[in-house]
Amino acid sequence: MGRVVVDVMPKPEILDPQGKAVAGALPRLGFTQFSSVRQGKRFELEVDGPVTAEVLAAAREAAEHVLSNPIIEDVVTVFDASDDVAAG
Amino acid sequence: MSDTQHLGGARIGVVTFPGTLDDRDAARAVRLAGGIAVPLWHADADLHGVDAVVLPGGFSYGDYLRAGAISRFAPVMETLVDAANGGLPVLGICNGFQILTEAHLLPGSMVKNDGLAFLCTEQTLVVENATTAWTRDYTQGEQITVPLKNQDGQFVADEHTLDELEGEGRVVVRYAGANPNGSRRGIAGITNAAGNVVGLMPHPEHAVESGFGTAAVQGPRAGTDGLKFFTSVLGSLVRA
Repeated sequence: MGRVVVDVMPKPEILDPQGKAVAGALPRLGFTQFSSVRQGKRFELEVDGPVTAEVLAAAREAAEHVLSNPIIEDVVTVFDASDDVAAG
Repeated sequence: MSDTQHLGGARIGVVTFPGTLDDRDAARAVRLAGGIAVPLWHADADLHGVDAVVLPGGFSYGDYLRAGAISRFAPVMETLVDAANGGLPVLGICNGFQILTEAHLLPGSMVKNDGLAFLCTEQTLVVENATTAWTRDYTQGEQITVPLKNQDGQFVADEHTLDELEGEGRVVVRYAGANPNGSRRGIAGITNAAGNVVGLMPHPEHAVESGFGTAAVQGPRAGTDGLKFFTSVLGSLVRA
């Protein structure tokens, strides 16, 4: 079974209210090392067979047209994570 | 034939998606304005010959991907996008506004409210454009009060798009006083270039009948400031 990972992040110029809330909470909990936080989304798309070039192209198209809104978000990465144990 | 009889002939479609909350209120607003409300279903691509369409508020498909993102691909939207581009009046309220931006019928997008909180308040607005299909019964600069209730209500767009909206008079309503959700330039509603497609974050359909609306000088819940959105489109159809 193959797996494709798509990472989507809010655009840098868009204020990210969720990241801002987390950034505010961290120092209150003792994590004072981090000056800012941005929160994005990770999608894991599974296929029955291997991740072919076609599958990756389809994942890229889905990432651009459905999984992200280009007005407010960037597709950061689309990659074959079939052998990525951490992803399982 | 009186105006009322003319208005009675207009059929306004109200679309229900999974997760839509305000379809009944929108249909009621259409009836109180003098129109015939026609229920439309997300999975049915047929608009059943309606004269205009309302996309009501709610949380279509749970908003799990992004507000309005999945509804955009519903069969009814495929038909609606073509019809709207052809001049059919379409009003998107709250989640309906989010769906219109995801469908690229209106520019910009919505993100979570600046304060992160779900808002539920009686909001005063300034009508900035009283020439659209949905606002022509208002006057330019008129202040109205209707409910505002949303989670992802912060309107965002790049500076170029915002300048274009302002320059072309396409900001329909703006928040009066303090900006409740951080929307760019206090924008609460916009229209397309033709003026037939309007998206609003606030909810005019919740202030259409005395006794069930906002606070007004006549008394609590007496406000009916939202009704003119619905009478406007009926008037637009008669004149068209």
